[in-house]
Amino acid sequence: MEAKTKDLWVFVETKEDGSARNVGLELLNPGRRLADGQGGRLAAVIIGNKADAAVKAAGEQGADQVILVEGEEYAHYTTDAYVNAMEHLITKYGPTTLLIGATSYGRDMGPRLSARLKSGLTADCTSLDLEAGTGNMAWTRPAFGGNLMATIICPDGRPQIGTVRPGVFKKQAPMESHAEVIREDYHVPAGKIRTRLLEVIHEAAEAVVDLEGADIIVSGGRGVGGPEGFGVVKELAEALGGVVGSSRAAVDAGWIPYAHQVGQTGKTVAPKLYIACGISGAIQHLAGMSGSDCIIAINKDEEAPIFEVANYGIVGNLHEILPLLTAEVKKLKA
Amino acid sequence: MEFKQDDMHAELRNMYHEFAENEVKPIAAEIDKNERFPEENVAKMAEMGLLGIPFPEKYGGTGMDNLSYAQCVEELSKVCASTGVIVSAHTSLCAMPIYLFGTEEQKKKYLVPLTSGEKLGAFGLTEPGAGTDAAGQRTVAVDQGDHWVLNGSKCFITNGGPAEIYVILAMTDKEKGNHGISAFIVEKSFPGFSVGKHEEKMGIRGSATSELIFEDCIVPKENLLGELNQGFKVAMVTLDGGRIGLAAQALGIAEGAIAETVKYVKERKQFGKTLAQFQNTQFELAQMQANTEAAKLLVYQAACAKDAHEPYTQLAAMAKLVAAQNASDVTRRCLQLFGGYGYTREYPIERMMRDAKITEIYEGTSEVQKMVISGAMLK
Amino acid sequence: MNICVCIKQVPDTTEIKIDPVKHTLIREGVPSIVNTYDTYALENAARIKDAAPDTKIVVISMGPEQAKNALKECLAIAADKAYLITDRVFGGSDTLATSYILSEAIRYVETQEGKFDMIFCGKQAIDGDTAQVGPEIAEHLDYPQVTYALEAVIDGESLRVTQQGPEEKQVIGVEIPCVVTFTQPPFDVRYPTIRRKMAANKAQIPSVTSAELAGIDVARCGLKGSPTHVKSTFVPVHESKLVLVKEETVEDSAKKLIGLLSDAHVI
Repeated sequence: MEAKTKDLWVFVETKEDGSARNVGLELLNPGRRLADGQGGRLAAVIIGNKADAAVKAAGEQGADQVILVEGEEYAHYTTDAYVNAMEHLITKYGPTTLLIGATSYGRDMGPRLSARLKSGLTADCTSLDLEAGTGNMAWTRPAFGGNLMATIICPDGRPQIGTVRPGVFKKQAPMESHAEVIREDYHVPAGKIRTRLLEVIHEAAEAVVDLEGADIIVSGGRGVGGPEGFGVVKELAEALGGVVGSSRAAVDAGWIPYAHQVGQTGKTVAPKLYIACGISGAIQHLAGMSGSDCIIAINKDEEAPIFEVANYGIVGNLHEILPLLTAEVKKLKA
Repeated sequence: MEFKQDDMHAELRNMYHEFAENEVKPIAAEIDKNERFPEENVAKMAEMGLLGIPFPEKYGGTGMDNLSYAQCVEELSKVCASTGVIVSAHTSLCAMPIYLFGTEEQKKKYLVPLTSGEKLGAFGLTEPGAGTDAAGQRTVAVDQGDHWVLNGSKCFITNGGPAEIYVILAMTDKEKGNHGISAFIVEKSFPGFSVGKHEEKMGIRGSATSELIFEDCIVPKENLLGELNQGFKVAMVTLDGGRIGLAAQALGIAEGAIAETVKYVKERKQFGKTLAQFQNTQFELAQMQANTEAAKLLVYQAACAKDAHEPYTQLAAMAKLVAAQNASDVTRRCLQLFGGYGYTREYPIERMMRDAKITEIYEGTSEVQKMVISGAMLK
Repeated sequence: MNICVCIKQVPDTTEIKIDPVKHTLIREGVPSIVNTYDTYALENAARIKDAAPDTKIVVISMGPEQAKNALKECLAIAADKAYLITDRVFGGSDTLATSYILSEAIRYVETQEGKFDMIFCGKQAIDGDTAQVGPEIAEHLDYPQVTYALEAVIDGESLRVTQQGPEEKQVIGVEIPCVVTFTQPPFDVRYPTIRRKMAANKAQIPSVTSAELAGIDVARCGLKGSPTHVKSTFVPVHESKLVLVKEETVEDSAKKLIGLLSDAHVI
């Protein structure tokens, strides 16, 4: 379809309590720059039920407009309700660009919407720019397991759509809202929604040790000093939303179960972030974690081989350092 | 003699390899440490068909051949020699004699559950006073008209305990020595049969090695395997085939040890260089690789000869002799390259060295293989 | 039940290495595998078949002739039939064009194998990582979709799908026919059996070209049917040099480190 405006839209996903998920607010930051570059307005599009909190937050992140669709059918995300609502809005207003947070819902809705509009979508972007000359979006994203980066353009299809990984961009400090709020009265009849939420499964957080699936692993080794020493390791892992790993030495000493062991005789892991605490870095441990994207070493011994593979290191007592890191992380996430 | 290795062999080898890497390797150290029989993996192998490779589909097998079977034992043994011998003893020593010597009824009743892996098999020849010397059998079977009664015991029986079907050799006519031995199919549930002492071993500790005890054990008449007093022949033919399986096990151990060593010497640094950059390492690896490749050809040749229904007794003995000696030699040299780390249980190499030794001993020691080989030469 | 599983043959991305000098991907010697997430879809289909043995599983894949190897792998694991969708005019398709072709192919295969009750896909391919083709197929077919599925079981006339939601797992009920895309389930993918492997090796896999897909609009296929284009690619340079954080006090060091991680979007 044709764009009717030069506007850039950011889909601000809501949680069930009507507040905004962070990624949508984050995207208003580059959204401002890109909308200005395209010569259009920056709009936040919000679909939800009683989403006042999200509307306010989007305004405070500098959106020129907030386009709001509210209804009980939008309280829980469903593909049919959200895609139908988005299709209605896009057909009516004709934005030139649409940014969506690459959450599981964003990645469910984005491709479905792009197929309906027969427009191009670029998934899971990590950087956003405008192509010199044409003003088209230049979407940059990783492929081949992060081994290759590709820049994608969508010259004709409108709106050009991209999903963007959470955390790639930063929210701005809240500013005074000048957003014009447009309430769209659009409802999707129950008969058109073909999926139903039957149950939410609440799981005990401690029940599983998913080292291989974890994005963040905080591991302790001989340097933690004993089973109770893992307390500070666990606290940092929890604050980061990661899981606890360990070296063989700590497992053999009986400080922590084998399920946590990383290394030649344990699990091989490659998380986004690996924090090695009190681990010297014997070959057998390195063999299990050196593929991690970012490695942090915290060790008393400046000569420990773990520092050779680390991206960042702090030399010192982990029992002193870890609680400080935990506190900083909590501050950051607050 | 020609090798008939086609795409199917390669594809199946990949499949064995994947299974070995993903399922067998992760527990290899643990089952060794705890002397634990890996039931869970035996069940998975049964599901995949790995317990009935060289048997026709008619009897529940896969319809593949002895070469593919040998390659399966080889791939398993690269990461875990215990798992290799479980498959080898089951296939070569229990299912194979029933396939070769069994009646149609015996094959339906016993071979089919063996090939499907529903039941595990074992073979009982060795006794405290009769190993290599089969005629020293003290286990006796007495004809009681409508059934046999077995008395005696067997020792060092691989799969003894977990196995439910046993091929057992016993004296039916003491006067006749080797020509007075008969073979029987014995179910674990037969009255008077029990599993005795579990051996604690130096290597292949994940495989069960047990004593079998027969106290007035009642065996139905129809469970005589092969003809009366032809048990020695059953045993010899069975062991000929078994040597291919164990030669493949020895081959796999050597290949596995070399693979671990290649990985290690590229990582480990001494004097500012990786071990791989030292000429001693390079020469050791080269020699081991060449010897192992030579052993491999012998093993495959013996398997192919069996598949082609050509005489293979001497080939199998040569394959086992060379592959077993090579396995012990290679694992010892690999451990030396590992140095102190190799001596610890952090790395699999010390386990491989312990596992390798048995291949020079069981199913005919290296000395017995030499007797077989020279016997054929000097005949 | 009649289940269609869409699969893709991909390079094993865990084996991909970067040429340290040219900064390009080294593709030689990288094995081709069935996309990992697609094997989860296949395993789930196999589990449905375990429970209802009259279930038929049909795998389809769009790709070159050699993708038949991936289809054979699926036959060895659980599939009953396989079709390769292959044509020069399909080359260069982006996700939208690919999903269009696959949806047309599904319509065609249904004329051979009967109507599908469900279309299963992997969540995403490990080479492209787009996670778009499944939902786009659902749109072309006008079927409901459930993405990020961990497990799907038949529940009368509908499907009960356990889904990895944004925070917690949730169970979604969806009408049949539908499209479900799978992420890593809590169970393993079964191994092929020797017998299935041997049968798969001998299987004749039909090639479906644009000629068979009667109603297909070739303008919507391939490069020219693709709204998105790859403008450029580059290899990210990983700086692996150690940054030692050593401020005046431990407190400052901790603050600095978290700041660095936050700036680098690691946390």
